Amino acid sequence: MLSPLVVDAPFEWHYIRSIIRVSLYVSLTAVVLSTLFSLPIALVLGFTEFRGKTLLTSLINTGMGFPSVVVGLIVLFALSNDGPLGSWDLVFTPEAMIISQFVLAAPVITGVSLAAVGGVEQNVRDAAYAMGGTTVDVALVTIKEARYGIATAVLAGFGRAISEVGSVLIVGGNIAGSDGTSVTRTLTTAIQLEARQGRFETAMLLGAILVVLVLLVNAIVVRLGNGGGRYR
Amino acid sequence: MQTYFPSAPDVVSMAIQRRPLLAAIGSGVAVGLSGCAALGADGGSGPESSGETVTLATTTSTYDTGLLDALNAPFEERYGVTVNTISDGTGAAIETGRRGDSDVVIVHARSQEDALIESGDAINRRDLMVNDYVILGPSDDPAGIAGDDDAVAAFEAIVDSESTFVSRGDNSGTHTRERDIWEAAGLETAEFGGWYRDAGQGMGAVIVQADRTDGYTLADRGTARSMATETDLEVHVDGPIDGGPALLANPYGIAAVNPAVHDSVHYDLAMAYIGFVTGTDGQAIIEDYTVEGTQLFVPAALTEDPEFGQYVPETWDGSDGDE
Repeated sequence: MLSPLVVDAPFEWHYIRSIIRVSLYVSLTAVVLSTLFSLPIALVLGFTEFRGKTLLTSLINTGMGFPSVVVGLIVLFALSNDGPLGSWDLVFTPEAMIISQFVLAAPVITGVSLAAVGGVEQNVRDAAYAMGGTTVDVALVTIKEARYGIATAVLAGFGRAISEVGSVLIVGGNIAGSDGTSVTRTLTTAIQLEARQGRFETAMLLGAILVVLVLLVNAIVVRLGNGGGRYR
Repeated sequence: MQTYFPSAPDVVSMAIQRRPLLAAIGSGVAVGLSGCAALGADGGSGPESSGETVTLATTTSTYDTGLLDALNAPFEERYGVTVNTISDGTGAAIETGRRGDSDVVIVHARSQEDALIESGDAINRRDLMVNDYVILGPSDDPAGIAGDDDAVAAFEAIVDSESTFVSRGDNSGTHTRERDIWEAAGLETAEFGGWYRDAGQGMGAVIVQADRTDGYTLADRGTARSMATETDLEVHVDGPIDGGPALLANPYGIAAVNPAVHDSVHYDLAMAYIGFVTGTDGQAIIEDYTVEGTQLFVPAALTEDPEFGQYVPETWDGSDGDE
């Protein structure tokens, strides 16, 4: 089914499982790290006024549309053996892919969180301060108020990460072992491989698996969100 | 409008209430992923791996034939070293070698291989194997090239009949050879009409496009053979392996990245790999490799008579190479 050159059925399931594992490992890690990085920035930016705030917000929003191939090239040249970070030995590894997807997801999560956080009313924050809350408490309150927007931001960042192919192809190299174990092959780069070989049906099948995966992640996040509704 | 003012204790207690659910999801994902990892590790039953890897940069058409998987598995078994194969366009594969991001390079573009040797980035070049190109076209053959043994004349006939021709358009080895044939015919692709299509895609996708537009295309024998059952195109001009013109020959070279220029490359593993694929075992695998019952490659590394030409650039003038 997967390839005219492949005979064994066990090879195919093992192959698909390993591709899914790499996809999830790379994108989930990138999104978690990106959220930890972006949320505090969005909170700080949302409630401080300074000159150049509009410019910075525009830059973040521009970053949302940054072409993934270009980000991949920049990360590749940085991590290349000839490049400044060559000693990290990360070229063509899943960790390099996490770095490039971090760069892609961070502007999305920051920008959408910023918009969500900006919509939290000042009285809510004032009341939290008034009740004796520390800065962290007020931040937590803000996050709770803006949680649907922030959840959207994280899901948007995850969507950007898991569906992109340009950067992970360049920094990862789409490597899979001869026994079908993926080293840096994700669902998206596997789709690209099948499509370039003209095996469009297989490409569509892998695409369907990717969509189901994204649906599952979305469902989990929404379920987490609804759990909080009980306490209103 | 009602506003709800959550207090700090409320926020914390809500988080505490949700902890079991979060913990369940977190451990579920962790177990799931570790289960996948364990399955992955159990996949191979060969000798102990040393944990070392050798990185090979090659072209998409080479990789897509599946030959490398057939070569790499026995190598990995014999040496306990993992081969990471990266396939991209010819130019990208050469660049990867030039940056020292791979340890070995396999391409089929002699002029670009020579440039790597001349710059000192690659050393120990060997001839590896040869395959060939074929000219595919619709079964009714509007240009009448079937059975031609002159690639240039076939291309001229396609131009004269203004039949659809789909080009790779991506500076790949195949595209380079196509351009060489147009040049040999003295024709400029820029002057062609709408029947000449620049696809900018991989070989398989280009073959599908040629099939759907009833057009001709130049394809490597391997991809043409593996796509044969899925398209209605036929081989009208064969390559030298089956008696066709030498202009359609496609020789492959293999070279190691120079450890003096890029000191992090695994030179010893690269030479072990080159030794394996150019030695009797590897060359036998290459000769026996078939797709849909057709042999794709002719091994070219084992020769009793010395072939000095393979070690130096084709235009070598006998000098030291030092400028």
